Amino acid sequence: MEYFVQQLINGITLGSIYGLIAIGYTMVYGIIGMINFAHGDIFMVGAFTALIAFLVLVAVGVTAVPLALFLVLLVAMALTALYGWTVERIAYRPLRHSFRLAPLISAIGMSIVLQNYVQVAQGARVKPLPPLIRGGYTLFEGNDFAVRLSNIQIIVVVTTLILMAGFSFMVARTRLGRNMRACEQDLKMAALVGIDVDRTISLTFVIGAALAAVAGLMFLLYYGVVDFFIGFLAGVKAFTAAVLGGIGSLPGAMLGGILIGLIETMWSAYFSIEYKDVAAFAVLIIVLIFLPTGILGRPEVEKV
Amino acid sequence: MSEPAPPPRESEPAAKRLDVLAAVKEAAIAALVAFGLFVLLIGIRTEQGPTGALVFTTRFGLLAEIVAAVFVGRLLRALTWRDATVSINSLVPGSVKAAASDLAVYAAAAFVAFALLVPIIFYTNRYVLDLAILIVTYTMLGFGLNIVVGLAGLLDLGYVAFYAVGAYSYALIAQSFGLSFWICLPLAGILAAFAGLLLGFPVLRLRGDYLAIVTLGFGEIIRLILLNWQDLTGGPNGISAIPRPSFFGLPFTAADNGFAATFGLQYSPTHRVVFLYYLVLALALLTNWVTLRLRRLPIGRAWEALREDEIASRALGINTTTTKLTAFSMGAMFGGLAGAFFATRQGFISPESFTFGESALVLAIVVLGGMGSQLGVAVAATAMLGGFELFREFDQYRMLVFGAAMVAIVIYRPRGLVSTRTPSVFLHQRKAVPAAIVQDARTGVETPT
Amino acid sequence: MNRAEILTVEHLTMRFGGLTAVNDLSFVAREREITALIGPNGAGKTTLFNCITGFYKPTVGRLRLAHPDGASFLLERLPGFRIAREARVARTFQNVRLFAGMTLLENLLVAQHNPLMLASGFTVLGLFGSRAYARAEAAAIDKARYWLDRVGLAPRADDAAGALPYGAQRRLEIARAMCTDPVLLCLDEPAAGLNNRESVELNEFLRAIRDEHGTSILLIEHDMGVVMEISDRIIVLDYGVKIADGAPSEVRNDAKVIAAYLGVADEEVASAGLEVGL
Repeated sequence: MEYFVQQLINGITLGSIYGLIAIGYTMVYGIIGMINFAHGDIFMVGAFTALIAFLVLVAVGVTAVPLALFLVLLVAMALTALYGWTVERIAYRPLRHSFRLAPLISAIGMSIVLQNYVQVAQGARVKPLPPLIRGGYTLFEGNDFAVRLSNIQIIVVVTTLILMAGFSFMVARTRLGRNMRACEQDLKMAALVGIDVDRTISLTFVIGAALAAVAGLMFLLYYGVVDFFIGFLAGVKAFTAAVLGGIGSLPGAMLGGILIGLIETMWSAYFSIEYKDVAAFAVLIIVLIFLPTGILGRPEVEKV
Repeated sequence: MSEPAPPPRESEPAAKRLDVLAAVKEAAIAALVAFGLFVLLIGIRTEQGPTGALVFTTRFGLLAEIVAAVFVGRLLRALTWRDATVSINSLVPGSVKAAASDLAVYAAAAFVAFALLVPIIFYTNRYVLDLAILIVTYTMLGFGLNIVVGLAGLLDLGYVAFYAVGAYSYALIAQSFGLSFWICLPLAGILAAFAGLLLGFPVLRLRGDYLAIVTLGFGEIIRLILLNWQDLTGGPNGISAIPRPSFFGLPFTAADNGFAATFGLQYSPTHRVVFLYYLVLALALLTNWVTLRLRRLPIGRAWEALREDEIASRALGINTTTTKLTAFSMGAMFGGLAGAFFATRQGFISPESFTFGESALVLAIVVLGGMGSQLGVAVAATAMLGGFELFREFDQYRMLVFGAAMVAIVIYRPRGLVSTRTPSVFLHQRKAVPAAIVQDARTGVETPT
Repeated sequence: MNRAEILTVEHLTMRFGGLTAVNDLSFVAREREITALIGPNGAGKTTLFNCITGFYKPTVGRLRLAHPDGASFLLERLPGFRIAREARVARTFQNVRLFAGMTLLENLLVAQHNPLMLASGFTVLGLFGSRAYARAEAAAIDKARYWLDRVGLAPRADDAAGALPYGAQRRLEIARAMCTDPVLLCLDEPAAGLNNRESVELNEFLRAIRDEHGTSILLIEHDMGVVMEISDRIIVLDYGVKIADGAPSEVRNDAKVIAAYLGVADEEVASAGLEVGL
């Protein structure tokens, strides 16, 4: 029981990170119908940016952890957002009115570029960071097992909740959010009523990248180590989460993320750690067989 | 009536100045963006220091150079290309383009002729022979995936799964039962086709993007199973000592019963390599022939109809489920045959050879080849793999350039190298269909118009 | 004297969540007749078509299709492609659905997929060049040529379907549907976007299909010129409910039909008019 609760906590934490990345996938898919293959690598860039920012701040003399964390968060979000913007401008915008497969290939190419760029720039070795946030709380004990909730876990989940709330507010209440929803419904019509479609799409990518940066920072703090390859697996899982929750649906992305995090954690805790990735995919396939549009997806009625 | 006075020459330099100013602004913004992108990731270099903790060095000189290069490059582009909206396409005169498409038929024949002669031309160059085998192998994979993606329009992101099934099936069957290559090869193909049916079955109702992620998932699942099911597959160590092919019973050794001795030739390890090359070439040509035949049969037309409009296909009485399944399993079979060849050529296989990167590469070859065209696939495979090899000296930058090239090519020619579709049957005259009208694989919602 | 029933719709209801698109609809379409379905937009006509051709599963109701030779099919139980293949119900779409990247000839050959598949031995025999398949394909091309001639598109047989002008695309779609040798042809607004001359040609074409090929036609149409001219029977729908069912002359003068299309005289306006002395 205690073990289960611990896995629950761990799973939700991991799921929050996946959820933040999944939002980026689902937003971009919702607005231009494209699977942004490079998004996972944007997450990786975010993690690296956070790492380097930390090192620089420490060298410069900012050692107070909360302050450093805050600054790193800002820097990582800003710079990673810049990457998201640049990738969209260079690799996707020229293909916006092109055929379906072209942006996909472009995205795969960008993914290769980003991975190798970081590998060349920073070396292929893993990069460790000493744990910055220590400590936590022991929730309760029993059966020789103490259920611990670490501070970093609290930070991850709370940050995610705050961002989700802010983001949902933005989509539902602000003009940008309204523009985004309009573009999602009908891009041509949105342009015809005067919405700056290019800008809305750019901002979608920017926001998605910023959220991925937060996920990268959380990943860095939680696992303490990054390398240029974390983008691929995290990206695929996050996309799986987006599809599981119903692609195009924001709460779906977060729900899917949490589910994938829980499945992965539970499976490695109770069954086998080697096959944990398989478990996530298997669940996806099973869910899609019965719910072809995902859990919170809008059922598409074929209009003929 | 007198001519209106020419505009005063004063305004010209003013206009030019504004142009330069705008260009400089554009370049400055680009440089600023470049600075933001690269300041931390290039400007700072992290390394593991002596204690294992991370230390860093600064490379601000390099950063400055790159930012400056971006500035200058953007400035030049803004100044020179502003008026000359020239695309490379428009530089080629129409007559050349028309001639080019007529030549396409001859190009295919020339390609095949060249392919047949490669071992003769490059007999002494082992490196080229190995590269040629690699290119033909990927061409064959491209042909197989072409059936699924190019003809039927099903977005399969996990094609490597069938490559792997073929390779491992071959290896296990050959090792366990000691059967000859010529029996194990079709068996591997059949097993891969079966895998195609198995994997295809659950995904048929899914629309394009979901199909994509599920097939990607399958590819990963297969790789993870291969990695972890140690008893069967040897896990990360893979399977080694896979039986090498023989020339219809004559082994390629220096022994007296060997190939060289039998034909009175001086023994050379190149014999086996040449044999392998012709073997994979035969397989690729077989795949090509079957695909071209199938295109002209009802099943091939049904695949293309499926890609063009699934709803209309159903309304005409086509069983779209079985149509998709046959596309999947045919594609899988050819992938499996390629995998079996790969296993026997290498003598050793491990899960490392079957990552998502392979699926992505084959998909890129099919898409960059264009329009479900077989010739396009062959050319794309040659260009991509050949190009990759050419840049061997660049070492770590090679993959980076490869990815960038992929992006550049698809932006320049989004439908791929071949820009027309050739109909499979004609009443009066075979007329090519331009790319703009033809559907490509679905990635998203079926937009009802 | 009534012809045999070919399509019997019994108590058909189609609900989408809270919206009832078709409500307890029953009617009969007869052999070798042109039955028209008319009604204001949103009346449920295309929904009905989609139920008949297997794109929607009716919430309630029965759709029986009876062939002249006695074979009978329950359409609400069959998957879409079998309705086309076995029950031999063909349809066209409101927004033309051609195989745009394929030529006209290829479009018409796809329509003959099922007999060709059999002839090719489910591909296996065809792969090795069987003579029987070559003959079957030649016959299929002949049939395609015949229908292309009938719609006047034979010279453009090798052009891409997506390159045709709109009117030609509509005609091609009908030709393609006829290549499946249907017993019932369902046409969704075939006259949409056609000018007067083209409408007249369409009328002749549809009549010829009915008379020469014995195909029954079920027609959704807004163009009253076409409807009144060629229909043997008209069914009028409004808000998913049948409000009239009969020969054109009966339906034309039916008060309920007129009200549905033109609106009922507002009593208040009428009495106000009286007061004012209009």
